Amino acid sequence: MTPSKTSQARLQIDQVHHDNESPLSIHDMTVAYHRKPVLWDIDYAAPQGKLVGIVGPNGAGKSTLIKACLDLVPRASGSVRIYGKRYKEQRSAVGYVPQRESVDWDFPASALDVVTMGRYGRIPWCIPPGKSDREAALHALNQTGMGDYANRQISKLSGGQQQRVFLARALVQDARVYFMDEPFAGVDAATESAIVTLLRELRERGRTVLVVHHDLQSVPEYFDEVLLLNMRIVAAGPTSAVFTEENLQKTYGGRLTLLSEAAEAIARNG
Amino acid sequence: MRSPARTFSTVLMGILMLGIFVAASTPAFGQDGTSSPRTITDTRFVWPSWDSIVRVALMRDHNTRIVVLGTTLLGLAAGLVGTFAYLRRRALMGDALSHATLPGVALAFLITGEKNLPFLLIGATVTGILGVLAVLAIRQSSRIREDAAIGIVLSVLFGAGMALMSVIQSTSNGNAAGLDQFIYGKAASMIRSDARMIGITALVVVVGTVLLFKEFRIVCFDQDFATSMGRNATVVDLFMMGFVVLTTVIGLQAVGLILIVAMLIIPAAAARFWTDDLKMMTVVAGGIGALSGWLGASISALLPKMPTGAIIVLTAGALFIFSMTFAVRRGILAGAVRRIRLRRRIALQHLLRAMAEIEERTGQPTSVDSNELLTMRSWVKSDLRKLTSRAAGAGLIDKKSWSELKLTQLGRTHAQRILRNHRLWETYLIEHADIAPSHVDRDADEIEHVLSERLIRELEATLEAGKDIPPSPHESMPEFAGAKP
Repeated sequence: MTPSKTSQARLQIDQVHHDNESPLSIHDMTVAYHRKPVLWDIDYAAPQGKLVGIVGPNGAGKSTLIKACLDLVPRASGSVRIYGKRYKEQRSAVGYVPQRESVDWDFPASALDVVTMGRYGRIPWCIPPGKSDREAALHALNQTGMGDYANRQISKLSGGQQQRVFLARALVQDARVYFMDEPFAGVDAATESAIVTLLRELRERGRTVLVVHHDLQSVPEYFDEVLLLNMRIVAAGPTSAVFTEENLQKTYGGRLTLLSEAAEAIARNG
Repeated sequence: MRSPARTFSTVLMGILMLGIFVAASTPAFGQDGTSSPRTITDTRFVWPSWDSIVRVALMRDHNTRIVVLGTTLLGLAAGLVGTFAYLRRRALMGDALSHATLPGVALAFLITGEKNLPFLLIGATVTGILGVLAVLAIRQSSRIREDAAIGIVLSVLFGAGMALMSVIQSTSNGNAAGLDQFIYGKAASMIRSDARMIGITALVVVVGTVLLFKEFRIVCFDQDFATSMGRNATVVDLFMMGFVVLTTVIGLQAVGLILIVAMLIIPAAAARFWTDDLKMMTVVAGGIGALSGWLGASISALLPKMPTGAIIVLTAGALFIFSMTFAVRRGILAGAVRRIRLRRRIALQHLLRAMAEIEERTGQPTSVDSNELLTMRSWVKSDLRKLTSRAAGAGLIDKKSWSELKLTQLGRTHAQRILRNHRLWETYLIEHADIAPSHVDRDADEIEHVLSERLIRELEATLEAGKDIPPSPHESMPEFAGAKP
C-alpha cells in the first residue's frame, strides 16, 4: 500500500470511529508505563457542554487518561480527537489544570505570574507577555476570588488558594474543553464551593469540563456525566443512569485480578 | 530552610572545599612575562603591593583588562543560564557535562597536534554533549536514577580524559604543556582573541536566555502544562542545556572543568535568597556571577600562584554565604529576627492573658504581684522582669514595682481580646474536634497567637459566639498551669 493510501485508509477509520462533534473522542486507546499497561482499550466520546466526573480508585489510571489525551504520556495504541482533530491542531481549544502537587510551589513567582502562564500558548516564542495578558490574568484571578492575592508569592498561599490560582490559569486559556486533575483535592470548603460555581459558569458558557474526582458523595451533585474507570471503562454516561451501586461495586470492588496480572506479566516479559 | 535549598548548600559546601583543596594543591602558574619566574622550591606566599592592587583595580594592564572582561562576561552568562538550570534541577547535569569535556580537549589535541583554542573547545563541546546524552540515555533506557547516571558518566569520561592526557604527555614533545589548564583554569593565559570569543559566546547566551525567558520560566515551573500548550519541554530543555554547554565550554579556560559547575549553581542559589521574583532573581544571579568573575580574576592577577578558577569560585562562595546570612527576604539572619520577634510577641501575649485571667477572677482592675504570675506559667524570674518592663515600655501595663503591676486601658483591651481568642479556640477544640478539655489549653496556647482576623471571624460564626469572653472550659488551677512545660 502506498503512503497516501495508508493515510486515506486511516482517515476513513477516523471518520468511522470518531465522533467529530464531540469535545473529546477516544478510540481504542491503550496506555502503558514501562511497558506495563495501565489503561486498556478505552473507547469514549464526551458529550458537548457537560460537566463530566472521572471517578475510580487509586491507580485506576484517571490522571493517565487525561495525560494520554493531551499527548503528555505516549499512547501504546488508539487515537484521540478533540472536536474531530488531533490534539496538536487543537491546543487553543483545550485548557488543562494539572494536579496541584505536580509543581514546586516554592518557585519564585507571584500568583499573577502563574496565571499569566495560561496565556503563553497564544503568544509566539520569544515574545514577552504584554499588558493585555496581565489584564486577562488579573480578571481571571478576580473571577476565582483571588484578586487581592495577585502579587502574593505562591508559596505563601494556602492549598485552596493555590488551587484557585491553577483554575484562574486555566480560565485565561479561554478553552472549549477543560481537563482538570483533582481540583478538589485538599481544598477548604470555601474553595470547593467556589470551584463548583466556576464549573457551572463554564457549563453555562457552553464549555465541556472533564474532572478527575475522588469524593463519591458529591458526584451526583456536581456532575452531569460520569466515567467510571478502573484500568478500563466500567461505565460511562449520564450520572443518574450510570452512577449506580452495582457499577460502583464493579469499579471499586477489587481490581480485575486477571487484568492486573496480565499487565504484570507483560511488564515482566517486556 | 527547604530541602532543595539544603541539598544545594551541601553541594556548595563540597564545591567550596574542593576549591580550597585545588587552590592549595595546584602547582604555581606564572602569571605572564612580567612576574619573576619562580622555582618549585619557592613556596613563600607573596602579598601583592598596594601599587599592584591599584593597577589591577583600575585595569591599567592590557592583559588584566582582557582577562577581567572575559571572566566577568563568563560570570554574567553563567549566572543567567544557571538560574534556570538551578530551578529545573539540572545544575548537576552541568557537572557531568564539564567533566565530559576533558577527553574532547585531549582528542582534539591528538588529532590537530597543536594547542589551537577553537579546535580544543570544539572537541570539548562534542564530548560534553555526548556526556549529557549518555546521562539521558542511561536514565531513559534503564531504571537508574539521574544522580547515579551523572556520577557514572562524569567519572568515566573524566577518567578517559585523564588517561588521554597522560598519553599526550608521554608522547608529545613538550608543546602539550599547559593543556591541564582546562582542568584547573588559568585565566592569565587568555589572549585577546580568547577573550573576544568568550565575550561573543557569553553574549549569545545572555541574549538567548533573555529571549527565551518566558519559555524557560514555564518549563521550569510546570513542564506538563508547558507541553500541553505547545512549549514542548524537551525542545525548551534542548535550548537550556545548549546554553549550559556553551557557558561551560567558554568557562573551561578561565575557571577549569572541575569548578565551572559552581558558576552555574552558586550565583543562582545566592540570588534566590534575595528575591521571590524570577526576573529579579535572574538579574541578581547574573550580577553575582559577573561580580565573582571580576573580583576573582582581579584577585588572581595579584596572586599569580593561585589558580583563577579556585579564586573565582571562592569569591562566589563568599557572596553565597553573605547572601544566605544577610538576605532580607530568605536569609538566616532575617529568619532569626522574625522568630525572635514572634517569640517576644507570644511572651507578651501570655503575660497579658495571665493578667486578664486574674482580673476575671477578681472581677475588677487589679494590681498584680509578679510572684503570682510566676505560679501561673513556667516563667523564669529574670525573664519575667524583662517582659514586664517591655510591656510597661509599650504602654500596656503600669509597673510600679515587682509586686505592683496593673493593666493600662490599652493593655486591658489587648488582654481581653487575647483571652477571648484563647477561649474561643478552646471551645472549638472541645465542641468540634472532640479533644479532651484537659488537653485544649496547651493547643490553644500555641494557636491563639497565629489566628488571623479571618479565622477568628469564622470561629465566631461556627461557635455563634457573642462579644463577651466565654468562661474557661476547664478548671484553671494555678498549680497545674504552673507545671506546664
